[in-house]
Amino acid sequence: MKGLIFNIQKYSIHDGPGIRTTIFLKGCPLSCSWCHNPESQSFQKELMQFHNRCIGCGECIKVCSEGALIHKNSIYRSPELCTMCGKCAETCCTNSIELAGREVSTLELVKELEKDVIFYDSSKGGITISGGEPLSQGEFTLDLLQRCKDMEFHTAVDTSGFGNTSVLMEISKYTDLFLFDIKLMDEVLHKQYTGVSNEIILQNLKQLSNLGKRIWIRIPIVPGINDAEENIAATAKLIKTTPGIEQINLLPYHNAAMEKYKRLHKEYQLNDLKIPAMEYMDKIVELYRLYGINVLIGG
Amino acid sequence: MNERVKILRQRSLDAEPALTIERALIVTEAYKKYNGKVSIPMMRGLTFQALMENKEICINDGELIVGERGPKPKATPTYPELCCHTIEDFEVIDKRQKTYFKVSQETYEKHRDIVIPYWEGKSIRDLLLSNMTQEWLDCYNSGVFTEFMEQRAPGHTVADDKIYKKGMLGFIKDIDKELKSLDYHNDLNVFDKQEELKAMRICAEAIMNYAKRHAEKAAQLAEVESNAKRKAELLKIAEVCSYIPGNAPRSFWEALQTYWFIHLGVITELNTWDAFCPGRLDQHLYPFYKKEIEAGTLTEEQAVELLELFWIKFNNQPAPPKVGVTLAESSTYTDFANINSGGLKIDGSDGVNDVTYLILKVIDEMRLLQPSSNIQLSKKNPDKFLKQAARIIAKGWGQPSIFNADAVIEELMRQGKSIEDARLGGTSGCVEAGAFGKEAYILTGYFNLVKVLEITLNNGIDPRTGKQLGLQTGDPKAFQTYEDLIVAYTKQVQHFIEIKIRGNSIIETLYAKYMPAPFLSILVDDCIKKGKDYNAGGARYNSNYIQGVGIGTLTDSFAAMKLHVFEKKTMSMEELLAALNADYGDTERIRQLMLNKTPKYGNDEDYADDIMKELFDIYYKAVNGRATIKGGAYRIDMLPTTCHVYFGSVTGATPDGRKAGMPQSEGISPVQGADSKGPTGVIKSASKMDHLKTGGTLLNLKFTPGLVQDEEGIDKLSHLVRSYFKLDGHHIQFNVVNADTLKKAQKDPERYKDLIVRVAGYSDYFCDLNEALQNEIIARTEHKEF
Repeated sequence: MKGLIFNIQKYSIHDGPGIRTTIFLKGCPLSCSWCHNPESQSFQKELMQFHNRCIGCGECIKVCSEGALIHKNSIYRSPELCTMCGKCAETCCTNSIELAGREVSTLELVKELEKDVIFYDSSKGGITISGGEPLSQGEFTLDLLQRCKDMEFHTAVDTSGFGNTSVLMEISKYTDLFLFDIKLMDEVLHKQYTGVSNEIILQNLKQLSNLGKRIWIRIPIVPGINDAEENIAATAKLIKTTPGIEQINLLPYHNAAMEKYKRLHKEYQLNDLKIPAMEYMDKIVELYRLYGINVLIGG
Repeated sequence: MNERVKILRQRSLDAEPALTIERALIVTEAYKKYNGKVSIPMMRGLTFQALMENKEICINDGELIVGERGPKPKATPTYPELCCHTIEDFEVIDKRQKTYFKVSQETYEKHRDIVIPYWEGKSIRDLLLSNMTQEWLDCYNSGVFTEFMEQRAPGHTVADDKIYKKGMLGFIKDIDKELKSLDYHNDLNVFDKQEELKAMRICAEAIMNYAKRHAEKAAQLAEVESNAKRKAELLKIAEVCSYIPGNAPRSFWEALQTYWFIHLGVITELNTWDAFCPGRLDQHLYPFYKKEIEAGTLTEEQAVELLELFWIKFNNQPAPPKVGVTLAESSTYTDFANINSGGLKIDGSDGVNDVTYLILKVIDEMRLLQPSSNIQLSKKNPDKFLKQAARIIAKGWGQPSIFNADAVIEELMRQGKSIEDARLGGTSGCVEAGAFGKEAYILTGYFNLVKVLEITLNNGIDPRTGKQLGLQTGDPKAFQTYEDLIVAYTKQVQHFIEIKIRGNSIIETLYAKYMPAPFLSILVDDCIKKGKDYNAGGARYNSNYIQGVGIGTLTDSFAAMKLHVFEKKTMSMEELLAALNADYGDTERIRQLMLNKTPKYGNDEDYADDIMKELFDIYYKAVNGRATIKGGAYRIDMLPTTCHVYFGSVTGATPDGRKAGMPQSEGISPVQGADSKGPTGVIKSASKMDHLKTGGTLLNLKFTPGLVQDEEGIDKLSHLVRSYFKLDGHHIQFNVVNADTLKKAQKDPERYKDLIVRVAGYSDYFCDLNEALQNEIIARTEHKEF
């Protein structure tokens, strides 16, 4: 079984317990404006360009059969002509063109995951499947999880919750821990900022809870978008009424991905948004505490 | 730390390194008096006696542990019998920006008028260089290998617990017993033994006399001291120094003072490499601590204070001034005394005790370059011990480093040590495993693995000097397969190791004959029993090391050739050689391909890692197990101190994309920036080397502070270490610092005067490093959170 991934991150220490390896699946049905992995959104392979690395050797132009590249200080690509064949990335000696996304089989992946088993064992860590959205490549995720369970790895799935419920139910059989994102409680706002309604997401959370699964909730804190007291109150209520939630992590918005947007020639919409200060985050933590909920910053 | 420690620590930091001519004058006078009239061991014994009798006694204000090597802190002697510096050397030492020593007018004059006229042409260095073959000299001058004993004496050894159990009077008894049982009827060497034992006896008495002189001085100072508290302290010092080291110490204080006199004795007798070292200090001190805590004669605070004052004494003794290649391979004030904590006891049980934790506290509070410190981590030691150490490491000044006690024991046993001797051993210098108090484990020089490849690629010629240093193993352009290349390289490695070992044998003989160390010999089993000097093979175990440098650069270079020349045929050998000869001048694309489209060691990928294993094996087989003329065996270590920078400077462009003159990879760490899969990838790759076949490997990881900012980060770091050690990794150390900080420090050294970083097996002030080394550390891959 093959799937499309865009990264394997080892010594991953914020995606579940212990030392982990996180696999990032490519493609996500949501399109959050604050997304810090813009290369995770498209279900297609994409080219990323690092103009600062280019030495202008021109080899990529020679191998491009579509004539999609021209040299002008650096290499420029015409999206209309490009077929994403990846030959330019393959030939580029400085990796100034990189292909985001590669097809990989679950068998290959498990071999790669197995390399760090000594660290999982020692730290009670394991593997995390993240994205993109793992539920969007449901069969692949399921097959991968089954193989990981054969290896007796601890498994975590990091999900937006947006996906087919029956797929999620099947996956949950092989998942020890869910890292579940809650972004916004108001359906209209959710749709406005992520492109989809949160109805399925909330249903899915309930289903996992009913199954008695272990859940860690992850909440991005994006100033001006989901930091209103109303939203926090609603989120707190959800958490209080959902059994199985063991931990809540607030992930403060950061703009480290701005550079990545440029590499993908995508526009970054939150240019003017400031990174939340420590005091601001402390206030939010305090608000949750008033509702009787302990939250962690980061993770 | 308390007020007293604070003041003395600051004074130590502020003291300026300077040369003192005192030792050179006493030694010169002793040689004039005795040379030719008595046997050589006796002459060395009498010279030591003269030093202990005539050296100025220094007791600094406020201190409790007393004794300096020179007349004051950081006054550093020269050793003209080993290396007689020229006046030009002195000028360089005085004026150079890094690792300088101030030279006074008086020192210049006395050196010129008294020392040089006697020693010129007669020092071990002169003798050594004039006895080396042209072949050896050519290799040395081209940077194929370095020579440790060219300016400094063999040392590389560490104290065990004898000195705390047996005073010098006890050693004298042992010596007398051996003297009495000498076989004057059948033993051809009986005279040599007799002279050696007599010399040891003189040294034992001399160190007692040296302590007594401190007692007298303290008593004199007490007499004129008006402050009652200080007066009492001085009287106590007098009492301690008149009891030890003749008698075995009775208290924690006496134990520390005992070691300190012994230390001064060793580093005054000769300028032994790695100074000397108390080794497993927590094990040695624990019985004294326990007894005194139970008796109520010592508090924890007092113990910490004494330890901290003891620490300061080390920092007051910079490594003696080096010049030339020896400076390049080890450019630091650090003298490598490296205190071990934790590990196992003789019965194989957990060695961590209360003193272990006190020492960790002292390391944390003192933040001094010297002494260096490490923890010996066994699977039997508690996690608390590792985490306490990790919390100090997270503060980012490079101490303590972490050793795998179980692997160290296995390494020592593989070399033939008894299990008890192995368990009482540890590591010293940078990363070298040794049976403390029982072994002479001599590092003889660094070996430039990458240079050997360069010579192989030039059919035996060193392109920098144009000399035919190697064998003619064939024009590489005619190599049909990768195996042809490996065969040629293997022959060259064997060829140069042969040259190195032949030179070593002569150098060892020179030291055995002309430079015995009778004082050091008292301290190392079984020199007394054998009536044989440390430098002549008197130790129970004798090992010689040749330290391999550049395995990362070497591996990546072979991987690049294997893939691009022999497998994918991206380029011909001719094209590659032309690019290397031109330092990749107009072939930047080739260089970039080598850098970016080639498997690299350090990413847990077998393609490159298997090559590393093969190259390691070639080196191991060329060296390991070869006999030394002292009856020991050769072993390998994989560590560089600062030699990867020097070796890089004499090595041309390499097939991994490295440009000519740039530093090589450091220790067994990957090439700077070549590891892109995070710390677990580095650890897995490094662990594919068979560490247990070495006597030490050195792995450096650079972490950003964010990775270890909280307890969770500490916890994960601890698991990382435990995992590496499960895989038999020998040693790991961390630099917790941002590259940005280092760059700022480079630009504004005044503001970052206190910034300490891990170099290779030791820590140093970042601003004291030369620029090439600073850049090398900045270029190391920074493992960060994401």
